[in-house]
Amino acid sequence: MSAVVPTQPSVEPGFVMNVQNLVKHFELKAGFFALGAPPLTVKAVDGVSFKIHTGEIMGLVGESGCGKTTTGRLVTRLENPSSGRIDFLGVDIATLRGSDLVGFRKYMQMIFQDPYESLNPRFTVFRAVADPLNVLGIAETQEERLELVIKALEDAGLRPADELLGRFPHELSGGQRQRVAIARALVVSPRFIVADEPVSMLDVSIRAGVMNLMLELRQKYDIPFLFITHDIAVARYMSDTIGVMYLGRLAEMGPTEEVISRPAHPYTRALLAAVPVPDPEHEYSIVPITGELPSPVNIPKGCRFHTRCVYAKQVCREVEPAHVEVSPGHATLCHFAHDFYSVGSLIPPSPPKEWEG
Amino acid sequence: MLLEVQDLVVHYKIKTGWVHATDGVSIQLDKGETLGLVGESACGKTTLAYGISQLLPSNAYIKGGRVIFDGKNLLKMTMKKDGRLKEYDNELNKIRWKEISMIFQGAMNALNPVQRVGDQIAEAILFHERVTKQQARQRAEQLYNLVGIPVDRIDHFPHEYSGGMKQRAMIAMALALNPKLVIADEPTTALDVITQNKILTKVRELQDRLEMAMIIITHDVSVVAKTAKRIAVMYAGQISETGTTREIFKETAHPYTSGLLGSFPSIKGKVRRLATIKGNPPSLVEPPTGCRFHPRCPYVQDICKTQNPPGLTMSPGHISFCHFAKDLQGKLSPEVFI
Ligand SMILES: Nc1ncnc2c1ncn2[C@@H]1O[C@H](COP(=O)(O)OP(=O)(O)OP(=O)(O)O)[C@@H](O)[C@H]1O
Ligand SMILES: Nc1ncnc2c1ncn2[C@@H]1O[C@H](COP(=O)(O)OP(=O)(O)OP(=O)(O)O)[C@@H](O)[C@H]1O
Ligand code: SF4
Ligand SMILES: [Mg+2]
Ligand SMILES: [Mg+2]
Repeated sequence: MSAVVPTQPSVEPGFVMNVQNLVKHFELKAGFFALGAPPLTVKAVDGVSFKIHTGEIMGLVGESGCGKTTTGRLVTRLENPSSGRIDFLGVDIATLRGSDLVGFRKYMQMIFQDPYESLNPRFTVFRAVADPLNVLGIAETQEERLELVIKALEDAGLRPADELLGRFPHELSGGQRQRVAIARALVVSPRFIVADEPVSMLDVSIRAGVMNLMLELRQKYDIPFLFITHDIAVARYMSDTIGVMYLGRLAEMGPTEEVISRPAHPYTRALLAAVPVPDPEHEYSIVPITGELPSPVNIPKGCRFHTRCVYAKQVCREVEPAHVEVSPGHATLCHFAHDFYSVGSLIPPSPPKEWEG
Repeated sequence: MLLEVQDLVVHYKIKTGWVHATDGVSIQLDKGETLGLVGESACGKTTLAYGISQLLPSNAYIKGGRVIFDGKNLLKMTMKKDGRLKEYDNELNKIRWKEISMIFQGAMNALNPVQRVGDQIAEAILFHERVTKQQARQRAEQLYNLVGIPVDRIDHFPHEYSGGMKQRAMIAMALALNPKLVIADEPTTALDVITQNKILTKVRELQDRLEMAMIIITHDVSVVAKTAKRIAVMYAGQISETGTTREIFKETAHPYTSGLLGSFPSIKGKVRRLATIKGNPPSLVEPPTGCRFHPRCPYVQDICKTQNPPGLTMSPGHISFCHFAKDLQGKLSPEVFI
């Protein structure tokens, strides 16, 4: 089983995860109202490439349904890719099966978007968090386990932890459940973590604690993360690089501050303009985006964003844009990427009163 | 008045004692009005919501208070002698969904996994209203447009939806019967800003048109800033401050509110380490004495440790449960939490 766990350095040194042209298409039967119609293909992930270095956090943002969770499930191989490469620690795990795969999966943890998916409803909080320790054979005695479990729960902001150890998931609040799932993933120090909306159910105060905890773990153990979130402010806080996903593709990708301060894709610009402000008197500017999100069953021709892009020209409706590198490591899929890049930010900088020094 | 909750007390029985999840909460809501309920994780928001919609689990005991909805005393209809809720009440089942509907937190597993999502919505409509199958289906499709799910996905199963799609399907379901009151428990946690914007705007239009009242529970203060006319801030099972949205944000009169509003991630300015309210959220098995916020409050005095603060009226309708609300209003600053 351990035969495939690499002892030699990865092919491209420094990359823990190197994903090339990843594709996942789901075939779905038509429903009752469309009886006899051909099956639909949902193009959930439609050609995604990215690399994550040791100790690096990549943020993955984008609208609901754009393929973020599917990407996370593919790279942890909870889902079989339709095609593409996933080099993890130097081995292409895209096509691994059976015990070979299990050997790798041990080194990855996924924090699921739906905490129910991480937590067995019949396991107490203690058992849920101790479980990964058992799987990896960490901690010999019950006392050691208890100590590690309590530490993990407290790190995730669950105090007093011993009040919760004997409870079942349904006896917890939504945010507590999410934090138990986080504690479960972080109790072992995995080689790679996919965190799918890990803080979406937490209030700002606890959220900050949990985010700071993940940043500390990264600092201490160099654990790389794929950090999925719909909240671009959270992505900014957490990640070194950011990928903006639209209908199964990365519309824009690059160093976080670059992408946020100089977005080169109209979609990224729209996402940034829509970020809400905690002030009832704030006047929202108009979000530069039109129409509805197309279905991933029917992806528009040409640039897949053209149906909603306020800048779309004839060429956008006909020709699919190629990757344009507007600056080193900052790539985007737009015919006019250079023009947008040179315009710079939409958002004037303002004093950061909400951030601690 | 559409809804009046008076001094509601709900405790959960657990092996080691009682969780004081909702401990004397009063709120009021007019027809068509939107109330925002905010507060940190585990402070009792969902418990309060279930106490109103009468959906509390079997280890929850109502220890006091009243819930009056549209002139009806709900607890009288639903409560057993021991304080727990009856399993099934025919009268109440009519009210549920048709009059009070709920968007559940973690909508992800509130949908039936083995039935197509569109059928679930159409079925709910057919169950409560005299319409044809076609009409129910049509309404389901309109609702899909409202929540922004492509209609070609209506006949798929819940596991074939993304997290945000499931959440939006639940919103569609809750709106399907034009209820008088919608309790939305973290309705947009899984939604990106563009989708969230669109839905909140459309739900508001619908509310105005149908005079639908809404309680929107969230930890995201920017969501309530945008949608709610009034806000109730909850801390450790109790209301700590209540007032209009403007009053809560601009004339804050409770230290906890000020801390809650103070730490918010941003896309403006430089990235800094995020502020948090120091100390831990309190145990609800043994809640702190006196003011429940006192162990974490930067303005704490001796009286706070022993005496439960009364509600002080700052201006009509703006009430703060802090001994020093009058002195502190206008001087509160989130900086003290840092
Ligand atoms: N098992 C599946 N079968 C069929 N379609 C699926 C399946 N899983 C996901 N999809 C579809 O693939 C697309 C992408 O879904 P995914 O869950 O990756 O989105 P997401 O970006 O995580 O969205 P959200 O922010 O709403 O969670 C959606 O249209 C979804 O309905
Ligand atoms: N069925 C239950 N049995 C025992 N305790 C419970 C039960 N449900 C909730 N609790 C506890 O009651 C308290 C309040 O929970 P509630 O779900 O109302 O919080 P919340 O404010 O909705 O939090 P969140 O924002 O995290 O969803 C928490 O301490 C929680 O652990
Ligand atoms: S290529 Fe055209 S349609 Fe696509 S984002 Fe750029 S301007 Fe808009
Ligand atoms: Mg998702
Ligand atoms: Mg809740």
